[in-house]
Amino acid sequence: MKAKVFVTLKPSVLDPQGKAIHHSAEQLGFQQITDVRQGKYFELALDASVSETEAQAAAEKIAADVLANPVIEDYRVEIVQ
Amino acid sequence: MSAFRVMKFGVIVFPGSNCDHDAYHVISKHVGQPVDFIWHKETDLSAYDAVIIPGGFSYGDYLRAGALARFSPVMKAVKDFAASGKFVFGICNGFQILCEAGLLPGALIRNAGLHFISKHVTIRTENQYTPYTNELKEGSVLSIPIAHAEGNFTCDDATFQSLEENSQIVFRYCDETGEVTDESNPNGARSNIAGICNLDRNVLGMMPHPERACEELLGSNDGRNIFRSLTASIAAASN
Repeated sequence: MKAKVFVTLKPSVLDPQGKAIHHSAEQLGFQQITDVRQGKYFELALDASVSETEAQAAAEKIAADVLANPVIEDYRVEIVQ
Repeated sequence: MSAFRVMKFGVIVFPGSNCDHDAYHVISKHVGQPVDFIWHKETDLSAYDAVIIPGGFSYGDYLRAGALARFSPVMKAVKDFAASGKFVFGICNGFQILCEAGLLPGALIRNAGLHFISKHVTIRTENQYTPYTNELKEGSVLSIPIAHAEGNFTCDDATFQSLEENSQIVFRYCDETGEVTDESNPNGARSNIAGICNLDRNVLGMMPHPERACEELLGSNDGRNIFRSLTASIAAASN
């Protein structure tokens, strides 16, 4: 089982890296992009004995305490078999 | 009767700290007090009056600057140390670690201009009634270098309002005359914030490096005012 964790900056937080990437994407010729926000993606591999509910709870806790800084970031957890 | 007892300073060393020797040098040479390096695995800080969390790249800045250092064993001791009213001074990466550890509010994100900036800046003393600024006057302008890529202080509106109401903003980036302007803000920090303290005033975090501004040879000795203030505060606290 795997827990996928997506960490994104809160909408209110400025993302200078996303802005720089936006400019680069425009250089490639894509003018229709209105915004780029950079985030982080984590995969946690879990022991087969862990239930889906336990996996969800563990990943949420790890995301809140380590992977994301709740002052500036939001997170979302997905469990996949 | 001695009016001036020996004070014990500690400089915490994480894997990747690189301003630890600068801080040690300033305490031993300019403050003239005993100082130890404290490896991040230590769990007992009872021998110390003040600890400095120095600049650098703890854990290679992996994940977020300061994010992994907060899980080092010494940080539990630092929290207890701060809660007991002792002095905790975070400089640059130390400031980032204190925010990640929840000892100071807000967060330090990537500089607005994306670049790593290493240069002398001027900062204005916004609150002289802290253990770190009592030898300064409100509005005093200090020339102190910065060297960071993630020094852009950010926080939500409620946090900002409480920082202002409780006079926790200790330093702001300013121009040479002391005017706080957009042009003098090197990294996009909210409201030009360069340093803040906690509600109890015993924990200070700042992005500029006062330990690199303690001798004329290095371009400024304005940083000494901060260490002198801290020394006076420790002396006062122990009387």
